[in-house]
Amino acid sequence: MGLSAAFVLALRALGRNKMRSGLTMLGLIIGVGAVIAVIGIGEGAAKKAQEQLAALGSNMLFVGSGSVNRYGLHVGGFQTKTLVLADARAIVRECPSVSAAAPGTETGQQVVYGNENWATQIRGTEPQYFEVRTWPFSRGTSFSEDDVAQAATVAILGDTVRKYLFGSRNPIGETVRIGTLPFKVLGVLTPKGTSPGSTQDQDDVIIVPLTTVQKKLLGQEWLRWIMVSAVSRQASYIAQKQIESLLRDRHKIRPGDPDDFVVSNLADVADAAAEQGSVMTVLLTIVASIALLVGGIGIMNIMLVSVTERTREIGVRMAVGATEEDVRLQFLIEALVLGLIGGTIGIVFGIACSLAVSQGLGWPIRIPAYAIGISTLFAITIALFFGFYPAKRASQLNPIEALRYE
Amino acid sequence: MTTVNSATPADSVPAARSSGALVEVHDLRKNYQLGETEVHALRGVTLSIHPGDFVAIMGASGSGKSTFMNILGCLDKPTSGRYLLEGTDVSSLTKKELARIRNQKIGFVFQGFNLLGRTTALENTELPMLYSKTNNKDRERRAREALDHVGLSDRADHFPSQLSGGQQQRVAIARALVNLPRILLADEPTGNLDSRTSVEVIEIFQRLNASGLTIILVTHEPDIAQFAKREIVFRDGQIRRDDVVEVPRVASEVLKTMPTIEG
Repeated sequence: MGLSAAFVLALRALGRNKMRSGLTMLGLIIGVGAVIAVIGIGEGAAKKAQEQLAALGSNMLFVGSGSVNRYGLHVGGFQTKTLVLADARAIVRECPSVSAAAPGTETGQQVVYGNENWATQIRGTEPQYFEVRTWPFSRGTSFSEDDVAQAATVAILGDTVRKYLFGSRNPIGETVRIGTLPFKVLGVLTPKGTSPGSTQDQDDVIIVPLTTVQKKLLGQEWLRWIMVSAVSRQASYIAQKQIESLLRDRHKIRPGDPDDFVVSNLADVADAAAEQGSVMTVLLTIVASIALLVGGIGIMNIMLVSVTERTREIGVRMAVGATEEDVRLQFLIEALVLGLIGGTIGIVFGIACSLAVSQGLGWPIRIPAYAIGISTLFAITIALFFGFYPAKRASQLNPIEALRYE
Repeated sequence: MTTVNSATPADSVPAARSSGALVEVHDLRKNYQLGETEVHALRGVTLSIHPGDFVAIMGASGSGKSTFMNILGCLDKPTSGRYLLEGTDVSSLTKKELARIRNQKIGFVFQGFNLLGRTTALENTELPMLYSKTNNKDRERRAREALDHVGLSDRADHFPSQLSGGQQQRVAIARALVNLPRILLADEPTGNLDSRTSVEVIEIFQRLNASGLTIILVTHEPDIAQFAKREIVFRDGQIRRDDVVEVPRVASEVLKTMPTIEG
């Protein structure tokens, strides 16, 4: 019997029992759907995490001033006054794995423009900050080294601040008031969205020269943080070690005493996120595999029933000249067709599920071509694997007994 | 209809033996195990059937006639003895080769018709050709010819459930004929039919036999056996009687004397 004839035969046989064929496929549909949804949601989440990390800056390390242990009591972060500008300069100068470092401090202030006002974070830093954080401008330019040297009252707006204060107007060249001081707006940053793992809006910020915050807004000489760019992602781990030992040295911390600063490596955060993602993927893959397995057992179960029910048909086919191979092929192809149709419906179902999840949770979804390939392959393999035993059983029926079967 | 040509030299495989017998069995024995006891279904059967013969096989149930038919039909193998079909020793063939012989040389007609449900008469008739190398166009043409031959060309697209018993049996005959077999094996073909329909089916058999087809018919009805040319009676796994029917009944004549039931 030719393959195409066998396919036609299988389609007809399945068509004669649509309800049962549908139920047989249900397990596979759910299994394949789950695989697609898992991959779609997982890939989407991974992509989102990557984008968020990329938004933080390339190969970035964050050096924060530490907590202070007062009479045995740890009091918050950013409390020590030991992190200073000279540390930032020393890091760039003395750590070979570091390409750039931006010192900074911040304070919360009310900002006013015309009738609008907005409470936001005022961040004082230096021009290399925008490089370290890979944060491009949507309009205007950065302030200069001179502005830093002179503690100029110039400001760069985050996109959220721009939206609240200026709406659709062009803020470049306008003057906003921070606290009591007027600042000239030099530029606007592109939106970065929320930071990974929190709901903090990274665009709700105004960036001004470091010295301006230190001298005119806070009256503090020390830094809250230094953002450091490593030469590469691999180098970020070495850079972390270098910075730690350099700062301990500079801050004269004796061996065994705790650091008065905190260095966190964003590569760690990325790795943690990736690990979390892969743990999720493994778990969901196990669930999806179980669903597929159950689907396969469903196929086997119903095909065994079908073989029993069609015993006479098998007997007739053998009597008119079907060989064992012909009968086996017939049932295998029925299983294959079930797998193909079930797989296809499952893919559609999986895409629909992922879309529903992305709508509901606001996650992006991304269904790569390989997901569709893999799940189709799975469906076919499962169908053939679990169809093989019933098909073999059918082919080994004794034609005489099969013809007599009631 | 080309069925009549079934014995043309062009399709016939290696020339039959000198005896010229189509079927030649020698000391055929079949034993099988039924629980603890060994059943001797056939205890040495020897006979020859020549091309063009019409043989009725009679016997009570358990006489071995069904076992004999299964072996003749290549559905079963004898425990010992020889079975030559057209000179070929069938008892030594593989399952696959036996399937090929069933497909090409043997046509089966069963008591219970054994048509596939929810499958049209035409598709049922095409069935044997699915397992031989026949292209789609030839397949449909030959199936229609076979249906035409049994007078059912107008029922080609009906399902078995829409056909009467006689019509179903005629579809089964068309199916048996479609690959131009050497022998038609009919196992109680009239067992499920009323007497008039039975004679109608036998009339088809006689017509096919007249055009050269060898027919072997198993029946337990003596008056049906009287339509054949030769009557063999089995008992206890052996041939008890093997007689020529002096004057076979003629189905087309008998039909004239029977009341018509169908309008």
